[in-house]
Amino acid sequence: MSPLLEVDRVSKSFGGVAANVEISFDVREGEILGLIGPNGAGKTSLFNSISGEVEPDSGEVRLSGRRISGLRPEQCSLLGIARTFQVVRSFDSMTVLENVMVGAYARLYRTRAAMARAMETLAFTGLAGRADTLAHSLTPAEKRRLEVARALATGPRVLLLDEMLTGLTPVEALSGVQLIRDVRARGVTVMMVEHVMEVLLPLVDRAVVLDLGRVLTIGAPQEVVRNPQVIRAYLGDRYGAEGVGGAPSPFPPPARGGGNSG
Amino acid sequence: MTETSITRRRRKELVIGALLLGGLALLPLPIHDVYTRNLIIITVMFAGLAQAWNILGGYCGQISLSHALYFGVGAYVSTLLLTRLGVPPTIGMWAGGALGGLMALLVGWPCFRLSGHYYAIATVVVGEIGYLLVLNWDWVGGATGINIPYVRSIGDSWVWLQFRTAKLPYHYAALAFASAAWLVAWLIEGSRWGFVWRAVKDDPVAARSLAVRIFPSKMAAAAISGALTGIGGAIYAQYVGYIDPDSVLYGQLSILIPLPAVLGGVGTLWGPLVGAAVLIPLSELTRSYIGGSGRGVDLMIYGALIILVALARPQGLVSLLGVRVRAPAGADDVAAA
Repeated sequence: MSPLLEVDRVSKSFGGVAANVEISFDVREGEILGLIGPNGAGKTSLFNSISGEVEPDSGEVRLSGRRISGLRPEQCSLLGIARTFQVVRSFDSMTVLENVMVGAYARLYRTRAAMARAMETLAFTGLAGRADTLAHSLTPAEKRRLEVARALATGPRVLLLDEMLTGLTPVEALSGVQLIRDVRARGVTVMMVEHVMEVLLPLVDRAVVLDLGRVLTIGAPQEVVRNPQVIRAYLGDRYGAEGVGGAPSPFPPPARGGGNSG
Repeated sequence: MTETSITRRRRKELVIGALLLGGLALLPLPIHDVYTRNLIIITVMFAGLAQAWNILGGYCGQISLSHALYFGVGAYVSTLLLTRLGVPPTIGMWAGGALGGLMALLVGWPCFRLSGHYYAIATVVVGEIGYLLVLNWDWVGGATGINIPYVRSIGDSWVWLQFRTAKLPYHYAALAFASAAWLVAWLIEGSRWGFVWRAVKDDPVAARSLAVRIFPSKMAAAAISGALTGIGGAIYAQYVGYIDPDSVLYGQLSILIPLPAVLGGVGTLWGPLVGAAVLIPLSELTRSYIGGSGRGVDLMIYGALIILVALARPQGLVSLLGVRVRAPAGADDVAAA
C-alpha cells in the first residue's frame, strides 16, 4: 500500500538550532504512528512542518503523493491534516459545541449541517454532556478531548496528536487511549507525539524515534524499545543496563541508588 | 439533532428582540419634551452604531478605533449626493454604507497585517488622517462643513428623510437602523461567519488549523461593520442637518462608538444595546447637571463611572441580566504542558 503521508528529508532550523535534520519516514493509511524522543528532539517542530505552521527549509511533506509542505495551515487542514496542540488552544469564550462547530464548518457551510456534525463528533468523543459548557471551564482532560473533537469535525485523513495524553491522570489517559483507538477505527490515520511510554507503546503500530533532530530508528514498538541506541538516547544509560529484554514498559523502576553503568 | 440549545437560545433572542422593538417604538409617544426625545434618538442611534462596531470589534475581536471614519464617510457621501446631485438620502445612505464598507476594507488591507494593540494604534492614525483630509478639502466643505437645507417644495418626507419640526420620524429612522444592526449581528451569530470570527478572536493559530482563513475573515467583518456604520452616519447627518469634520469625523467619536459595546458586553448580542441605554443618558445627565459647574467635571464623573462599571463587571453589563457570560478570551491559560 502506498503511504498516506510521506515525510521526505525534512530539515528545519531555528536560528542556529537544527530542530529537524533530513527526517524521512512514511505514515501508512490507517495506522497509529508514534513519534517519540527526548525533549528537544524536534517532535513538535516536525508536527508544525506537517500541519503548515512552518515551512521546512528543505525536503518536503506529501499527502497521497501531493506536496503539502509550504502550504498554509488552513490549506493543509482542507486537504485532510488535522492537529491538536501541545498547549491546549480551545476557543475559551465559546461553548464546547460551538468550538467543535468551527471545525465542522471547515467543510460544511450550513449551520444546521455543521451543528449536526458537531453533535455527532461530541457524542463520539464522549463530550456530548458538556456541549453547552464554556470551553474555558473544562478540565484539562476534557480540553484535550475537545481539541480532538474539533480536529475530527474537520473530517481529516490524518490526525496529529501533540502530547494529548501528557499530564493526565492514569484513568484519563486510559480513556484517551481508547479514544485514539476509536478514531483509528473510524478510518482516520493517527500520528502522535507522546511522552507517556506505558500508554504509547501498546497503542502504536510503529514508532519513530527522534533524537537531536534526527531519526534514530523506526519500527515496531517492541523492537524500538530494545534498540540500544534508543535506550541510551531516550531513556538514559541506567535503563540500558537493566531493562533490555525486560518488560515492555521501558520506564526505569523507582530510584535505586547508583546504577549508572553503561 | 435539529433542536439544540443554540437554536433554542436563538429563537428566544428573536422574541426578546421583537418585544424590545415594540417597546422602543412606543417609548417616545407619551414623551413630548424635545430634549428627552432627542436623548432617546441619540441613545438608539448609538445602540446601532455600537452594534455595528461590535461586529468587527466584538465578534471578530479586532479593536478598531477608526469607526468615526466610516461614520463620516457615510454622512458625507449621502449628504454630498443630496446637496450636489439631488439624490434622496434614503438612496444615498446605501451609497454611504457601501463606501463606508469599502473604506473599512481599505483600512483593513494594511492594518490587519498587524495584530492586537498595533492594529488598534494603526486604526487611530488612519482615522486621524481621514479627519485631516476632509478638514482641508474644500470641495466637501472643508472645516466649514455642509449644511443640509430643508427643501420647502418637498416638505416633510420619508424619502428625503427631512422633517422640519417633528422628532418622532427620526426616532423611527434611528430605531430601524439599530434594529437592522441588531438583526445583522443576530444573523451573524448563527452563521458560519460568526463562529469563524469568534474563533479568530479567541485563538487565531487554532482557527487556522481548522481551515479558517484569518485575513479574509477579518476583511469580511470589517466590510459589514463599516457599511453599517456608514449607513448610521447617513441617517445621523439627516437628523442633525449639518455635518462638518468635527461632528462626524472627530477622533473621539471613534471611542464613543465602541464604548457602549465595551461597557455593555463585547461580542454579545445585547451588550451594545444595554451599554448605550446606560451610557448615553448617563453622559447627558452628568453634562446637564454638572457640566456648567466647571470645565470637564462632568467628564471626570462620567469617566469614573465607566471605570467603576468596568472594574465591577469586566464582562459587561449584560452579565447582570443573567445573559450567558462569556469569559474573556485567555482568562484561564493554564498550560497543561
